[in-house]
Amino acid sequence: MTSSEWETVIGLEIHAQLATNSKIFSGSAIAYGAPPNAQANLVDLGYPGVLPVLNAEAVRMAVKFGLAIGAKISPQSVFARKNYFYPDLPKGYQISQYELPIVARGSIDIVLDDGSLKRVGVTRAHLEEDAGKSLHEGLPGVSGIDLNRAGTPLVEIVSEPDMRSAKEAVAYMKKVHTLVRYLEICDGNMQEGSFRCDANVSVRRKGAEKFGTRAEIKNLNSFRFVEKAINYEVERQIDLIESGGKVVQETRLYDPDKGETRSMRSKEEANDYRYFPDPDLLPVVLDEAFIAGIRATLPELPDQKAARFASQYGLSAYDAGVLTASRELGAYYEEVARQVSGEPKLAANWVMGELAAALNKDGLEIDSGKLPAERLAGLLKRIVDKTISGKIAKEVFEAMWASGATADAIIEEKGLKQITDSSAIERAIEDVMAKNPGQLADYRSGKDKLFGFFVGQVMKATGGKANPAQLNELLKKKLAG
Amino acid sequence: MSDAVHKKTLAQLVAGLRAKEFSSVELTRLFIERIEASQPKLNAFISITKEQAMAAAEAADRDLAAARGGALTGVPIAHKDLFCTAGVRTTCGSRMLDNFVSPYDATVVAKLKAAGVVSLGKTNMDEFAMGSSNETSYFGPVRNPWNPELVPGGSSGGSAAAVAARLTPLATATDTGGSIRQPAALCGVTGLKPTYGRVSRYGMVAFASSLDQGGTITATAEDAALVMREMAGFDPNDSTSVDQPVPDYVASLGTPLTGLKIGLLKEFFDKGLDPENERRIREALAIYEKLGAQLREVSLPNLPLSVPAYYVVAPAECSSNLARFDGVRFGHRCKDPRDLMDLYKRSRGEGFGAEVKRRIMTGTYVLSAGYYDAYYLKAQKVRQLITADFSRAFGEVDVLMGPTTPTAAFAIGAKTSDPITMYLNDIYTIGANLAGLPAMSIPCGFAQGLPVGLQIVGPHFSEAKLLNVAHVYQRETDWHTRVPERYS
Repeated sequence: MTSSEWETVIGLEIHAQLATNSKIFSGSAIAYGAPPNAQANLVDLGYPGVLPVLNAEAVRMAVKFGLAIGAKISPQSVFARKNYFYPDLPKGYQISQYELPIVARGSIDIVLDDGSLKRVGVTRAHLEEDAGKSLHEGLPGVSGIDLNRAGTPLVEIVSEPDMRSAKEAVAYMKKVHTLVRYLEICDGNMQEGSFRCDANVSVRRKGAEKFGTRAEIKNLNSFRFVEKAINYEVERQIDLIESGGKVVQETRLYDPDKGETRSMRSKEEANDYRYFPDPDLLPVVLDEAFIAGIRATLPELPDQKAARFASQYGLSAYDAGVLTASRELGAYYEEVARQVSGEPKLAANWVMGELAAALNKDGLEIDSGKLPAERLAGLLKRIVDKTISGKIAKEVFEAMWASGATADAIIEEKGLKQITDSSAIERAIEDVMAKNPGQLADYRSGKDKLFGFFVGQVMKATGGKANPAQLNELLKKKLAG
Repeated sequence: MSDAVHKKTLAQLVAGLRAKEFSSVELTRLFIERIEASQPKLNAFISITKEQAMAAAEAADRDLAAARGGALTGVPIAHKDLFCTAGVRTTCGSRMLDNFVSPYDATVVAKLKAAGVVSLGKTNMDEFAMGSSNETSYFGPVRNPWNPELVPGGSSGGSAAAVAARLTPLATATDTGGSIRQPAALCGVTGLKPTYGRVSRYGMVAFASSLDQGGTITATAEDAALVMREMAGFDPNDSTSVDQPVPDYVASLGTPLTGLKIGLLKEFFDKGLDPENERRIREALAIYEKLGAQLREVSLPNLPLSVPAYYVVAPAECSSNLARFDGVRFGHRCKDPRDLMDLYKRSRGEGFGAEVKRRIMTGTYVLSAGYYDAYYLKAQKVRQLITADFSRAFGEVDVLMGPTTPTAAFAIGAKTSDPITMYLNDIYTIGANLAGLPAMSIPCGFAQGLPVGLQIVGPHFSEAKLLNVAHVYQRETDWHTRVPERYS
């Protein structure tokens, strides 16, 4: 797609809805899915005379995020008004932070495809209120306004233009997603819009120092869309430049149905937001003790946990990264690893392999309760004590997934217990040899490849239950004659 | 009920109600009748809420009979029409809010209601409190009770005229650049603008949030103290209100002024000050000297910059504060809008008057990219300098005094053609707003038959001191008892 002489430059502005009980400047609830305007009080409606009062919980959550990315927390931050007219913006301005955000520069590490680490700079993170929603469906000739979302607390996380591919952008976004859920400051629900981003995308010839003109793709609410939208946009910009055109600075929207971005408004049409400090709100002044108090509440963060998994369980950096993608997954893995002691790698392979595939197939989350950690551990224990082989274990797993029964119950019921009795295996081998004299003769005359044939036949005869290691050893002996 | 009841002070009315000299119903009826009779001439009210007032008065009388209720039970009041009042329309003197009925009470309204007041109605004002003459009201100008050809001042012109004509013993008002003190001076009544943050702004329709402050217009300083005791205080709904205990403003009244250091604001005794007004101010200062105070001249070198700084900051905030009036949720909406832009343009174009538009445009301009630093930021710096000037002055003196206005009331229409001349009428009052200081205007005599106001400015949260300084003067003089003949 992209010709090799081009370099892509991407910066993301991620909006994470804070998991507070009420709005950032009013006492209204922020539950998702309430009937239109059921969660909009006079403050949210921007009634004459009403005033905003800052939700302290939103401040705490933003500080938590800042600490988690190693950022400086501003001792004084200021709310500003971003002025523009829109029907879903009741006051005619959005309260945001402009010159003095609550979280200053920090950084987030992502793992690239080749396993190397890349540090993405976070320019700033600031608190702001969300706008409402305009509704058009089912309202012929008019527009509806739902102000339930107006005033919902957001933390906007602005990255440096450090990413060089759509994949990196997705990795970064996923990392932020992981982080906010670890911190329990955002539910991360992308379908409901709790976690979304705007992508600033530009291209430049490799080696060029200056950034190209960027386009901002608004409101991307899935990792897949982020990747597709960026890739489309990169291709569009390169095509445009290569055919003699120029990229214009503009806001674009991604259309997931058509898989393309299209222009929303150009820089010339852009609003002059006339930011100025909101005189209705005092500067947010945070002292060291307050910040230290929040630091003390920080959980083990994904990077710390991954490093611990790698050293404690001997996992690869990649596996440790996958298993710490969420707090719940990490906890699940640790419980399996604890119960099946001494086999952390086996536990990791099963959690990331069979279990992840099954969850994915059914669209379930790790904490769905479908297969509790001790159930999976019960299965792995039977592999470890050689009751069943790894291959049989997959069959048992499928049955467990379908019925919810324990591994032992399924092994018992289906008679899948591994045959470790040498004489029984020997008998089966002799039987197979007797039934296949031609192959036996060929093998003995030098066709070594037929060894696999005999393994298959014996396994078939034992219903796959013969202990593979024992079978190999005994078969070699017998075939040799 | 004796004929002179309407001339009683608020303190006297409270006492009379308690002593059953008259009932709240009688008082309320009396004042409503006076309002109704005055309306064609003065136009001090936008809404007269007779029925609600009579019902509230009856309830107050029951409370009085049962010896319950608050400090002001049964006392009539009028609210400036930018305090939101549940169930009663709140117009802000604008066509934009001609039809707006607030679903809630402003904190000031609620607090005073809890203290027992009976609201007579809503007073006329300059549109969205933008004006110094009450001529920008959509509901027509208010006339000065001392001479109906003259303006009462503004923006709280209705409140000042109503108290001056004794249509109510008490009116709430707001002061962004002088909107309590200037009309109080021009109408010969007592106006108090408290420290920024002393009185909740919740439910006051915002003009310039960092400057707006609710206060009182009364006949006397003692009356203002009685009311302030009820309406001041921290409000969790207003982040800019200050969490500081409310002193007993009444208890400290009467403290002798011996040794009080009064600073005369040098910059105020300039060539713009009418000589006869200046004489009245000097006479008042002489009385203070006689009362034991010491006078000294104080200079606030940056104060002359207050008008230009104010006319950047206030319009900037107003341009943003008034953006919510878009015809979507409340207020004026144009007929049959073609599309969204048409709805915005016509609703706002029709709903706002010329002065409001002028300030929205000025404010939009000074906040625009490329102009912000040169105007808004610079004005904020000037504001800091002025605040520092005041702080320095209060290191030397207890209070500052000077004229409230350069001249007495002027003729209706005299300054409407030139906004700058009109803006200069606030030249002495704006400084206190920029610095967030409490300030009062009290009557101190007449120039050519028209009231002259003495301005007293104090350090932050010195309302008790200001009220005492005003009260002691009012014990020595009777200017505050003067009522225009027509209304006496």
